[in-house]
Amino acid sequence: MSPRTDITLTVNGERVTRSVEARRHLVDFLRLDLGLTGSHAGCEHGVCGACTVRVDGEIVRGCLVLAASLDGAEVTTIEGLTDSGEVTDLQDAFVARNAAQCGFCTPGMVMAAADILRHHADADRAAIREHLSGNYCRCTGYQAIVDAVAATLEARR
Amino acid sequence: MKWPSFGYMRAAGLPDVWRALAEHGAAAQVVAGGQTLLATLAFRLSDPKLLVDITRVPELRGITLTGGMLRIGALTRHAELGRDALVARHAPLLAEAVPYIAHPAIRNRGTIGGSLAYADPAAELPACVVALDAVVVLVSAGGERRVPARDFFTGLLTTALEPGELIAAVEVPVATAATRSAIVEVARRSGDYAMAGLAACLSMDAAGNVVAPRLVCFGVGNGPVLAAHAVAALEGRALTAASIAAAQAALAQDLDPPADLHGPPEMKLHLCRVLTARALTRFLPAAEAAA
Ligand SMILES: Cc1cc2nc3c(=O)[nH]c(=O)nc-3n(C[C@H](O)[C@H](O)[C@H](O)COP(=O)(O)OP(=O)(O)OC[C@H]3O[C@@H](n4cnc5c(N)ncnc54)[C@H](O)[C@@H]3O)c2cc1C
Ligand code: FES
Ligand code: FES
Repeated sequence: MSPRTDITLTVNGERVTRSVEARRHLVDFLRLDLGLTGSHAGCEHGVCGACTVRVDGEIVRGCLVLAASLDGAEVTTIEGLTDSGEVTDLQDAFVARNAAQCGFCTPGMVMAAADILRHHADADRAAIREHLSGNYCRCTGYQAIVDAVAATLEARR
Repeated sequence: MKWPSFGYMRAAGLPDVWRALAEHGAAAQVVAGGQTLLATLAFRLSDPKLLVDITRVPELRGITLTGGMLRIGALTRHAELGRDALVARHAPLLAEAVPYIAHPAIRNRGTIGGSLAYADPAAELPACVVALDAVVVLVSAGGERRVPARDFFTGLLTTALEPGELIAAVEVPVATAATRSAIVEVARRSGDYAMAGLAACLSMDAAGNVVAPRLVCFGVGNGPVLAAHAVAALEGRALTAASIAAAQAALAQDLDPPADLHGPPEMKLHLCRVLTARALTRFLPAAEAAA
């Protein structure tokens, strides 16, 4: 019941143990405690998707997860996803199609798009838009992002 | 904004929860998926001293079929509801509702218990459980009690939950071959809470007449609104363009929608009428629907 909780979890394949304040959310834990600044904190109340990361294999809002609740969890961030090579083709497609402008939304967008590649290989443009509907981009107008995801899906078929 | 300062305790079972609630009283609050509570804490809408994490409490988990009822544990996440085979077969309305709730990342954490307990008037699942005539199972240190879903929602963001009580599960009567159900809504953007929505459930008897219809509007009142007059306009009648029109007309007596950010009461009533036709038309025999 102390305001700090000891947690041991796996982040991008590495075991880490830390003592965290209960009020620490997962994105701040990653950015401030572990120095993993790929995950972004935008709205910090669940609407923008900039904080999207994987917990136990499924995407979540990092700003709506208590770090203290993650004892035993497996977390994958954009850094881990990039190193694994799982979405190299998607990231190349983002570059080729100019799907990142300021880049603030991009890590969350790639995490959410990776979810489409894994679970919805047959997604059409409407399904891609639907799946990314919780990830806001204030720059691109989304067209280039949807193009990049659609092209990657197509190339993988 | 950052969350205020609070303590955190992970409950391993219900006894842990009762102990924490007894010790801290109203200063303790349970957290399930956190997809509403943690978002509202970012606005500092409340100031709990202790969050009691119930996500590992085994008594609140699981989906089972018992005696004509599908029992869905409070900790069932929206995403699980959307892909569970028992839900798809016995309570298809709940599975159909899932894509309307928020976005994939939020559906991976948010739970049915949290959604019912928070009772947002524009939320899908409260309307669905009323339409399904489900029963909410509540548990406290003193034992269990059952509340029909229609009596569970008592006002704006308020429910029949007493202090020291949790939702353990919701029990849904299983769908039969005669059951028809549908959920439809209008939202500004995909994943937003509804501007107006409708969950409908009814049976069709052998003669093609409507039995026990339940039309529940959401996003247009203090909670899910069971449209009693519209229901009366359908009960025992054949489902036809005429009976659907009668139900649409009767909605004016059922709804008194407040004006909100989305628009005036007239617009909300209009949307509910459109949604009523959209939902019920799906239940028409193929020939009739084509006409
Ligand atoms: C951006 C965004 C968009 C959203 N859009 C929608 C939408 O379109 N439709 C929709 O329906 N929802 C929407 N939600 C809310 C989401 O569905 C939540 O998951 C849900 O409302 C609450 O479930 P939870 O498990 O996250 O609850 P929590 O946030 O953990 O808890 C919510 C409340 O319920 C209490 N509680 C939780 N579990 C229990 C229990 N078993 N017994 C008693 N009390 C309990 C908590 O103490 C708290 O007061 C959205 C959320 C976000 C962040
Ligand atoms: S920072 Fe998490 S959704 Fe915006
Ligand atoms: S590239 Fe700037 S917000 Fe998306």
